[in-house]
Amino acid sequence: MRNFSYQAVERVDSAVARHTEFATSAFLAGGTTLIDLIKLDVMRPEQVVDVNRLPLKRIDLLDDGRIRIGALVSNTELAHHPLIRARHPLLSAALLSGASTQLRNMATTAGNLMQRTRCAYFRDPTVPECNKREPGSGCAALTGINRLHAVLGTSEHCVATHPSDMCVALAAIEGAVEVEGPAGKREVALLDFHLLPGDTPEREHALEADELITSVVLAPHLDSAGAHYLKLRDRASYEFALASCGVILALDGQRIGQVRIALGGVATKPWRAFEAEASLVGVVPGRESFEQAARLALAHARALEHNAFKLPLARQAIVRALETALDDAQGGMSPPARSDTGAGSPAGDSP
Amino acid sequence: MTVEALNQRTARIDGELKVSGGADYAGDHQLPGMLHGYPVVSPVASGRLERLDFDAAMGAPGVVEIIHGGNFPRLNRSPDSMAEENKVGEVRLPFEDDQIHYHGQYLALVVADSFEHARAAARLVSIEFSCAPAVAGLSSAGEGREVDDEAVTLGEPARALAAAEVRIDAEYRIATEAHAVMETHATLASWQDDRLTVYESTQGVVFHRNALAQVFAMAPEQVEVIAHYIGSGFGSKLFMWPHSVITCAAARLLGRPVRTVLPRQWNFANTGHRPASLQRVRLGADRDGKLQAILHDALNETSPVEAYSDSCASATPSMYACDHVAVTQRIAEVNHGTPTSMRAPGEASGNFALETALDELAVELGVCPVELRRRNFTVRDPASGLPWSSNHLLECFDDAAGRFGWERRDPTPRSMRDGHELIGYGMATQSWSAMRKHCTARASFLADGRLSIATGTQDIGTGTYTIVAQTASQLSGVPLDRVEVKLGDSQLPAGPLSGGSMATASTLPAVAGAVREAIATLQRLSIGEGGRFEDAAPSALEFRDGRLWHGDESASVAELLQTLERGSVDAVVSTAPGDEQKRASFRSFGAVFVEVRWDPGISRLRVARVVSTIDGGRMINPLTAHNQLEGGVVMGLGMALFERLEYERDGRLHNHNFADYIVPVHADMPEIELVTLDYPDLAFNEFGARGVGEIGLTGVGAAVSNAVFHATGKRIRELPIRLEALLEE
Ligand SMILES: Cc1cc2nc3c(=O)[nH]c(=O)nc-3n(C[C@H](O)[C@H](O)[C@H](O)COP(=O)(O)OP(=O)(O)OC[C@H]3O[C@@H](n4cnc5c(N)ncnc54)[C@H](O)[C@@H]3O)c2cc1C
Ligand code: SF4
Repeated sequence: MRNFSYQAVERVDSAVARHTEFATSAFLAGGTTLIDLIKLDVMRPEQVVDVNRLPLKRIDLLDDGRIRIGALVSNTELAHHPLIRARHPLLSAALLSGASTQLRNMATTAGNLMQRTRCAYFRDPTVPECNKREPGSGCAALTGINRLHAVLGTSEHCVATHPSDMCVALAAIEGAVEVEGPAGKREVALLDFHLLPGDTPEREHALEADELITSVVLAPHLDSAGAHYLKLRDRASYEFALASCGVILALDGQRIGQVRIALGGVATKPWRAFEAEASLVGVVPGRESFEQAARLALAHARALEHNAFKLPLARQAIVRALETALDDAQGGMSPPARSDTGAGSPAGDSP
Repeated sequence: MTVEALNQRTARIDGELKVSGGADYAGDHQLPGMLHGYPVVSPVASGRLERLDFDAAMGAPGVVEIIHGGNFPRLNRSPDSMAEENKVGEVRLPFEDDQIHYHGQYLALVVADSFEHARAAARLVSIEFSCAPAVAGLSSAGEGREVDDEAVTLGEPARALAAAEVRIDAEYRIATEAHAVMETHATLASWQDDRLTVYESTQGVVFHRNALAQVFAMAPEQVEVIAHYIGSGFGSKLFMWPHSVITCAAARLLGRPVRTVLPRQWNFANTGHRPASLQRVRLGADRDGKLQAILHDALNETSPVEAYSDSCASATPSMYACDHVAVTQRIAEVNHGTPTSMRAPGEASGNFALETALDELAVELGVCPVELRRRNFTVRDPASGLPWSSNHLLECFDDAAGRFGWERRDPTPRSMRDGHELIGYGMATQSWSAMRKHCTARASFLADGRLSIATGTQDIGTGTYTIVAQTASQLSGVPLDRVEVKLGDSQLPAGPLSGGSMATASTLPAVAGAVREAIATLQRLSIGEGGRFEDAAPSALEFRDGRLWHGDESASVAELLQTLERGSVDAVVSTAPGDEQKRASFRSFGAVFVEVRWDPGISRLRVARVVSTIDGGRMINPLTAHNQLEGGVVMGLGMALFERLEYERDGRLHNHNFADYIVPVHADMPEIELVTLDYPDLAFNEFGARGVGEIGLTGVGAAVSNAVFHATGKRIRELPIRLEALLEE
């Protein structure tokens, strides 16, 4: 841990203003990623701007059916909010499958969007090669232990997964990230927010320098859709996904009207399987079409030495999530979050 | 004396202190003027240290000194003797040479005025080294060398194997496992002239004291090691590790107390681990399943600086009725930190291999796995030729199988289903040897009427404080809350290590002896001159319910002492095992049954139920005993499905933290039903207790892998079983 200066701010504009004062500043929300990485000497901000007192803790239903979530709404509050449970059970389920109760109580919506990869080489500064940490230094994961790494959206410079569960649900739901910076306010589409590593893996998101996330706005929910979040992992709780899949599926009579398929644990950013979705629209759902969609979703996947199992595993996650979401859709009314988080007993992940 | 009353579920007497934060662990202690140590460690697994540059670090805020090979005092290696009770985890002294043997090896200790300053400065030390090729793991370590005194041969195993009608020959692998203790290792050392006081998280204050005395060339009496509470050890805290020596030396060099709380990640490198193992088991049997030959050859990793043998096959000759048995043990050097005992050392690993091989034999023969084990039950210990002191394994099979519902098992793999899930049933025999060591205890009746017991063993969280109090209360009639127990200090009368499931059997006889002796002394004094019952006949006195009775008249301990004008009456008694080991073999047994559920559609394996029935002698405190057994099952599930210390191709540690080293969490926990048969083993000690710290873990790995075979039809011979081993497409 290195010394840094600490500022607590009360207003959005002063948060941004403070942030500009140092070359390397970091906003502090729940701290569950930031403090961890500072202690590990991976993030080395000269200044920490504590944003916890900003008035960004509301969840509002907008007139057009969208829902605005303040940047500082905790993962726990978001997961249990009646609006979210009723209209976006996928989000609720994804949140509750993540981390632990204590962490979710601290973790915020913006912090979750901005959480860093769990790549062990990224998190260990005694490992010299990590392009994300030290641009141009190489990538230890390519030849190292890469069982947990990505198979989609990778580049020769970085193969780290985006670890968030929440963001997988957001990718399926769609919407926008509202930000405020020195140049004023703007909006970034959720699907454009996270970046592929390409040859700049140190650039993970679309924020410009000193921009603060103020809220996330969810697109209106699909009527009478079924949803399911399935997270497969090494243990039943308190563990990141090896592969996860979030599905929202709405029927149009006997056929699939709309479907969204998002993947986690296998890709370098929260991943939408557009081709797979397209293959299902207008189709009478069934095992075969689901398997075909799953194959399409992984068609461009590239395995590394230790993670080839993620291809079939992700396909399995997709098929099962589709099947369960279909059940859910056929079950009629959208029930409270149906989640399958890998826990032997669901109590493991309830607050 | 009515021993039955001991057999009570009794909540830990130190429980309140622990949950309220009042229990003082090694790293909690502060001393005036105390400094903080933070280690600088090798970033590579093999090579030579060329140079350490301390310029930046020495100039960092708060830094007082950096301890390293250049300023480290000349010390002595400990003789490393179990018999002399100075065994250490690693004999090599810190900074002894510039050879780098493993990732995480100590190169220096930064000492500063705060933990944060020491840590920040440690990162500023620049390390120049040259790399050498590393042996990264057991699979590239070759055949290693045989551990001579561990080979056992009964009969003519090779010939019997060749002649057998049915044979099994298979290899089993277990990954390196970490103890993953919750309380990190910690040392606080302070010197007063030529006396050394050390707060250490240790499972053996006496061993630790003796080892330090050897290293610093002092008399044991000059060293005091204190460990009032320990946040689990699982074997990693049995024997001294280098951080303790470095910290003591630093404190002496600087003339101030120094505390080193080992960073979490270096607990994974420098304080032992269960070594990776590779085992070959060959079984020969006749068509009825009677075992004709057992050949069990084990290989475990050790470090370049220590010849650690895990003795994986040591229990094999004792397990079943078989006249032809051969076991061997080899060790191979790997550039990893030094391994050490980890809960049920050796036997947990060996059991996995043997009990999985037996399942394979059962499948081959088409015999029920329980029936196969019954047919090979042995009424005496084939290893020693002696009868068992007390062995109710057959009842364990019946009891556990009944509770589990084993009769519902359709032996055909993949035949039992529930929705998406395939159900598998598996079982294994559990076992752990019974050991007992010498122990000295002091019992003191105090002026306020309390009874104080002191012995230099320690409570590693298992409940030793409580069972000592129960025993003293039982024998004296002094209520439990009026019994004080002092443990965890090497100045106390010497007690045993907390390891090997022997603390109970070793400690309680000494405690009982001391209490009885104290009562006798109190009686003797009370009929002597100036006593409460002066001149009464000894036979007319009775000590009951914490009072001394003479006919209808009685006096409390406090009154007796007041009359005698004494502050206390003490007795010190030593006990040791007798020659019972010449007459019988002592071993605990059990049976564990596991139900797994495998969802092939999403490659999800989970353990749904565990039932285990244990014949472990009498349970002094069923509450803490069951807690130990349950903890053993949890750790066994960790071994079966989760735990695996990973190393890079060049031998560096990869997952040396609690995020990446996966231990089971609550959500992984199945229903666990535990039964103890409670037959006292009175030939072993007067309380009939054998100890239950480790047996719960044994058998779980095999029972899980056998259940996995039943569920999936796949025989997995490697632990942990990860989903990619089972994935079906
Ligand atoms: C042990 C452990 C297990 C976990 N398991 C899971 C899991 O299974 N699934 C999962 O999805 N997540 C998991 N997480 C991650 C967790 O969800 C994130 O750490 C958390 O969401 C981060 O939120 P925070 O508010 O604590 O962010 P902080 O740590 O405060 O900040 C994280 C980053 O976001 C930046 N930031 C914060 N607020 C803003 C803002 N308003 N505008 C711009 N930048 C901002 C910070 O500067 C920092 O870079 C786990 C974390 C831990 C420690
Ligand atoms: S995968 Fe990315 S984060 Fe991991 S080592 Fe490579 S560059 Fe760094």
